[in-house]
Amino acid sequence: MTDKLNDAHQARYSRQILFHEIGERGQGRLLASRVTLVGCGALGTVLANTLVRAGVGFVRICDRDFIERNNLQRQVLFDEDDIAANLPKAEAAARKLRRINSGVTVEGVVTDVNHTNIERLAEGAHLLLDGTDNFETRYLINDLAVATGRPWIYGAVIGATGMCMPIIPGETACLRCVFDEPPPPELTPTCDTAGVIGPAVNIVASFQAQEAIKILTGRSDALIRGLMNLDIWTGRNTIVNVQPGFEKGDCPCCKRKRFDYLDGSAGSRATSLCGRDAVQIDPRRDGGRTNFEAVAAKLRGIATGEVLQNAFMVRCTVGEYDITVFADGRAIIKGTADVETARTVYAKYVGA
Amino acid sequence: MRLTINGKEQEITGADTVADLLRRFELLPVRVAVEVNEELVPRATFESAALNNGDAVEIVTLVGGG
Repeated sequence: MTDKLNDAHQARYSRQILFHEIGERGQGRLLASRVTLVGCGALGTVLANTLVRAGVGFVRICDRDFIERNNLQRQVLFDEDDIAANLPKAEAAARKLRRINSGVTVEGVVTDVNHTNIERLAEGAHLLLDGTDNFETRYLINDLAVATGRPWIYGAVIGATGMCMPIIPGETACLRCVFDEPPPPELTPTCDTAGVIGPAVNIVASFQAQEAIKILTGRSDALIRGLMNLDIWTGRNTIVNVQPGFEKGDCPCCKRKRFDYLDGSAGSRATSLCGRDAVQIDPRRDGGRTNFEAVAAKLRGIATGEVLQNAFMVRCTVGEYDITVFADGRAIIKGTADVETARTVYAKYVGA
Repeated sequence: MRLTINGKEQEITGADTVADLLRRFELLPVRVAVEVNEELVPRATFESAALNNGDAVEIVTLVGGG
């Protein structure tokens, strides 16, 4: 790789290049790097925004969800027009980011990242980024990162508190070195149950983005070592020394090489979206296929009120349930947190 | 004994181990990571990890939102 940048790059990224820890060489590396971002909600939008502006050459954004009005308080890439246009998050984010920086490649993928597709979605990525809102997907990212020797950056936020931890497999503690098993979902507060404030999101995601830039510019020597534990409200921030968990521990993932989430032995086919009174059904996990047009036609026949449809999803209300079916066949059933009820609704109105 | 827990010094009695301390604060081991004197205590050893007068303990709850 040559260190010399063309004039347009020199001009566009001049303030970042002036920062001596990055320089022209670091900028060149950013432009040549590829990342996969899993989840594009609160943390994900701030991460994507920062990295696309910084000139990361290829950013793939994967998200399974649509935008709700209560997202706008903190999810910085979305606006009211996106909701009116009925856009899924990955598509809305990609469109906005291409207007922000046309000189890099941004790819939006509307999908649920799971063990059947994560390897493909992360293909060619130098770094994996965590913008997810659940532990199952984070443990999956951790598995893939360790199995393929690629770094990833854990980030999470709730209320006014958050965490950030860069993970370099084989060198620093992985997520399972610190928390060998995820806590049960029913014991874990989510942003939909406990709330979250914008400053906490921005600060945590900015730490993630900063660590990402260090890794991508070849400055892993400057990484924060440990688990950052941030309380934005009180201002008490600590870094937990987790290295003994890696050096002395018996981690199921990075020591015993058990990839329970990547091989599909852990995880679920239908996911209750905690605190949202909604369940995601993914028929592909059972080997099923969905004809999107046929589903849309079927819903038009039974919907209570208007059916909204575009290239990405079809949405309507049937009785007490709000049903959204995505072009990839997934559905989000709102109006129940019970997986079995949602499966029944799905089978009845969308397809078995 | 005197312990500094998440930056606050306090008098704690009847908590000889990390597991005792978590029970005292009604914290579930599966949701937390514990650092004593700037070293992570592996979860599997919470029951046997002894606490001593003057120890600095950090208890962090795993965060899942995003």
